[in-house]
Amino acid sequence: MPFIELSNVSLRYDNGYLAVEGVNLSIAQGEFVALVGPSGCGKSTLLRVISGLRPPSSGQATVHGQVVRGPIAGIGMAFQNPTLMPWRTILQNILLPLEVSARHKQQYRQNPKPYIEAARELMASVGLAGFENAHVWELSGGMQQRASLCRALIHQPEILMLDEPFSALDAFTREELWQAMQVLYMSRKPTVILVTHDLREAVYLSDTIYTMSTRPGKIAYARRVEFPRPRALELTYEDEFAHIVKELREQIGGMRTQISGLKGVGA
Amino acid sequence: MNPRTHDTLIAAGASVGLFVLWELSVRLFKIPPFVLPAPSQAIASLLPVWGVVVGHAWQTLWTTLAGFGIAVVAGVLLGAAVGTSKPLNLALYPILVGFNSVPKAALVPVLVLWFGIGTVPAILTAFLISFFPIVVNVATGLASVPPELREVLRVLGSSRLEAFTRVSIPFSMPYFFASLKVAITLAFVGTVISEIAASQKGIGYLMTSASSQFNVPLVFGGLLLIAIMGIALYAVFAILERRLVGWAYRSQNA
Ligand SMILES: Nc1ncnc2c1ncn2[C@@H]1O[C@H](COP(=O)(O)OP(=O)(O)O)[C@@H](O)[C@H]1O
Ligand SMILES: [Mg+2]
Repeated sequence: MPFIELSNVSLRYDNGYLAVEGVNLSIAQGEFVALVGPSGCGKSTLLRVISGLRPPSSGQATVHGQVVRGPIAGIGMAFQNPTLMPWRTILQNILLPLEVSARHKQQYRQNPKPYIEAARELMASVGLAGFENAHVWELSGGMQQRASLCRALIHQPEILMLDEPFSALDAFTREELWQAMQVLYMSRKPTVILVTHDLREAVYLSDTIYTMSTRPGKIAYARRVEFPRPRALELTYEDEFAHIVKELREQIGGMRTQISGLKGVGA
Repeated sequence: MNPRTHDTLIAAGASVGLFVLWELSVRLFKIPPFVLPAPSQAIASLLPVWGVVVGHAWQTLWTTLAGFGIAVVAGVLLGAAVGTSKPLNLALYPILVGFNSVPKAALVPVLVLWFGIGTVPAILTAFLISFFPIVVNVATGLASVPPELREVLRVLGSSRLEAFTRVSIPFSMPYFFASLKVAITLAFVGTVISEIAASQKGIGYLMTSASSQFNVPLVFGGLLLIAIMGIALYAVFAILERRLVGWAYRSQNA
């Protein structure tokens, strides 16, 4: 039985815009899934539907066999912007999920020590050791993004939703965080949905990649990636890897020529 | 020298400089005191009647604080309503803007008609003139909360109320404090307007009665007192702001 399932999901925003239509998607527990596709094709919208932040206009999402009807608790989320709270220190930002999630808050309140220790370890694993008491504005964008990933992971969520979390970073930092992400994924096996524009990132990290087409957003193509983990960064330079990237590139390229072809007809 | 002292010196120096310039101009151009008294004359005029002056100053101060206090409560409630609910925003904003455009001096006679002369219309004028900036800032702050910040909490299982108290309130605090500094000075304006028109207490009344006796130095003495009280309360809120929401300023400078 799939862990997350979208059946025939459509979502029309209040302004009448049909963002996604007829989306079917099954994700197994512990699977690492990437959603790729042009801007505005409804990737973030799908994340909102799965997390229960937006009810679909038709169709339904189920998680753990239960129909989603409102925000489902215990998801870890990270966005393109770090979205940290400047009135909290970095460590306090990362501990936030423990203060609010029902699964942890009581235990955390009674005995915060082991949790703080875990947060420090997590910070060290993404290169943030020593910045526990720093303020948000004292960190570079890349470091804030690392902190934001720690916040998404600290409560050991079963589901992790990453909405282009690496796309504002420089190439070196990005590849470093891919590796950190892989380590964290392997140690805990959450179910991950990663939205990205970077096909190498998608292939490097995921088990399955879905490409989406736009207007309205639909799943266009699915591709399994079978490389065993841990995957070395060097893998990204090998032929087999490049092959998959090229295949995906052509899929999306095909969609793009269709779009510009349509424009040509109109002109 | 630490930068804080440096800044304070600039601020103090400019004020002292202004008074020196004023004093020198009056003496140099021999301006008669019934046109423009020198600051030394204005201060000197307060001394013989000091006991009375302190009573009036106290009256103005607490009237202002009372009106300001009501403005904070009403402003926060209205601002929260306008900032979190689209229908209330649509319904209330035009009314609030229209109301804010009415000169408050014109309302004093109406308030006197309803409540008689004295402290009540002064408190109400201080309230009416100072609550608008609080409403606008609180509403703006709440409406500017990045939705992602709230979503992070919602998918952790927070209720809307918890997301509001943990994200929206701290996020809009800098807006709130910025408005308090404006509102407190406006509240003084409201009190004094009302005291000038309809009261027998307060610095406003002191100034009207001094003016009717052609005691221009005392009028200016009263003005100075209002300015000093205004600066003092502004400073109180500026310090509170630094203490409580200093993060907002440091994160902008970074
Ligand atoms: N709250 C909203 N109201 C109206 N339209 C929206 C809203 N959010 C997104 N959209 C529109 O829906 C489409 C899909 O948005 P989104 O899911 O954010 O795309 P993506 O994440 O793939 O870039 C876009 O065309 C966007 O303009
Ligand atoms: Mg998006």
